[in-house]
Amino acid sequence: MVNAKNRDKIATWIIYFFVGIVVLILVGILGNILITGLPHLSWHFLSSEASSYQAGGGVRDQLFNSLYLLVLTAIISLPIALGAAIYLAEYAKDNWITGLLRTTIEILSSLPSIVVGLFGYLLFVVQFGFGFSIISGAVALTFFNLPILTSNIEQAIKGIPQAQREAGLALGLSNWKTIRGIVLPAALPGILTGLILSAGRIFGEAAALIYTAGQSGSTIDYSNWNPFSSTSFLNVMRPAETLAVHIWKVNTEGIISDAAIVSAATSALLVLVVIIFNLGARYLGNKLYRKLTAAK
Amino acid sequence: MNDVITAKNVKLSYGDYEALHGISLDFHENELTALIGPSGCGKSTFLRCINRMNDDIENIKITGEILFEGKDIYSPKTDLVELRKEVGMVFQQPTPFPFSVYNNVAYGLKLAGIKDKELIDQRVKESLKQAAIWKETKDNLDRNAQAFSGGQQQRICIARALAVKPKVVLLDEPTSALDPISSSEIEETLMELKQHFTFIMVTHNLQQAGRISDQTAFLMNGNLIEAGKTEEMFIAPQKQITSDYLNGRFG
Repeated sequence: MVNAKNRDKIATWIIYFFVGIVVLILVGILGNILITGLPHLSWHFLSSEASSYQAGGGVRDQLFNSLYLLVLTAIISLPIALGAAIYLAEYAKDNWITGLLRTTIEILSSLPSIVVGLFGYLLFVVQFGFGFSIISGAVALTFFNLPILTSNIEQAIKGIPQAQREAGLALGLSNWKTIRGIVLPAALPGILTGLILSAGRIFGEAAALIYTAGQSGSTIDYSNWNPFSSTSFLNVMRPAETLAVHIWKVNTEGIISDAAIVSAATSALLVLVVIIFNLGARYLGNKLYRKLTAAK
Repeated sequence: MNDVITAKNVKLSYGDYEALHGISLDFHENELTALIGPSGCGKSTFLRCINRMNDDIENIKITGEILFEGKDIYSPKTDLVELRKEVGMVFQQPTPFPFSVYNNVAYGLKLAGIKDKELIDQRVKESLKQAAIWKETKDNLDRNAQAFSGGQQQRICIARALAVKPKVVLLDEPTSALDPISSSEIEETLMELKQHFTFIMVTHNLQQAGRISDQTAFLMNGNLIEAGKTEEMFIAPQKQITSDYLNGRFG
């Protein structure tokens, strides 16, 4: 006979067991990536170009391309997602059009990234003639990112109690001023979390970029600040291989002899940058939040 | 006695459903009027008509007149910002904005276009004193208002409402989310303040209505059953149903 107390104990242990599995898997993966990769990370690896044939190449351009794409994608997608989320959370009436919109966003957010990549290839690379370029990649990533970013921001905005809005209105604020002055600052930590989560996804994305940003690098000149020059690192029309795509490439068609080392080190770098980005964004977010909410 | 607000035959309906069936009531200057009645009787709905907080609800229709200092607030000429500056509101849940105490209280002033820093400083201090929260906040004006306790937050909200020097302050069950000590502190504060402001308060707490209000209005099912001086009504209500409610036989 199992009494209530024992049942409770058993249930608790089962829960611990499953949590343990999750933790073990996470620690295992992260540990494995970092342990195999970190020893090969060096200044040389970070600061030299990738090599096509010999061992000893680096990932300088890939690292920059990844960051550049992330920033561009965030710049394009944040305003759109913010606008859409504000509309959905604050203005949209509860009718079938809104319902359809939400369902569409949900479907889009579960779209496989390779499909987004092929779509981006056909539309931007071929149809619009952007070619394999950073801008094609950034727009494809925006498509990939928008649904999730929008619903994350919407959730953050909806999490602000209705009473806050009423208090704003009761002070004589217009609807928009209440949103801008009270709701958005209050929702900022949530919005930022949404942005960080999606940034991690963007940073590690490979499939959507293979057919849009391309798999090859061009010669990049980091001292050329003219974004219209074809050799400039800021040029958005140049093809650009990112870290994630680089990992995929050295493992599938790479002929360098140190492919295993390069991909291990690149993976560790990828993870490391995502962690740094997370912590940094959180720190900045806290600072920004304090500035917005408690400064005189 | 001077009537600040006069409601004349106020009816309110959502679509086909009429929630208020014609309420006429005068609110006197520097008095506290308590609106009491069972849940769902329409007292909060009526309260929210007085600063037009119901305007944005879909399919809403409000008829009748609410006169504030002789002017109909539902006239198309009414400036909502101006009206809400004169008729402030404090809610059931404390609703400090996620800013510093200072910015919370100064918000309405800045909104009203006041730029003079010294004047704002002075009004912030004065309002916090009036709401009896100055002592606890004077060294922490930069601290986020949401970091204070519930009772303190509610006082900050009262200070925020008072900062723009309203004539009338609407209170929607201002103490029902607070602990007994904070509640009685807020009651004391209101007793002090009603020499300078006119309060209209919705409350479920009959003892509270008895303690601090000058006039009481009893609403039921969207009708005003009776209204009058609090002492008279609590001792000798005119209607049997009022007596039943005050004695806790229903509601």
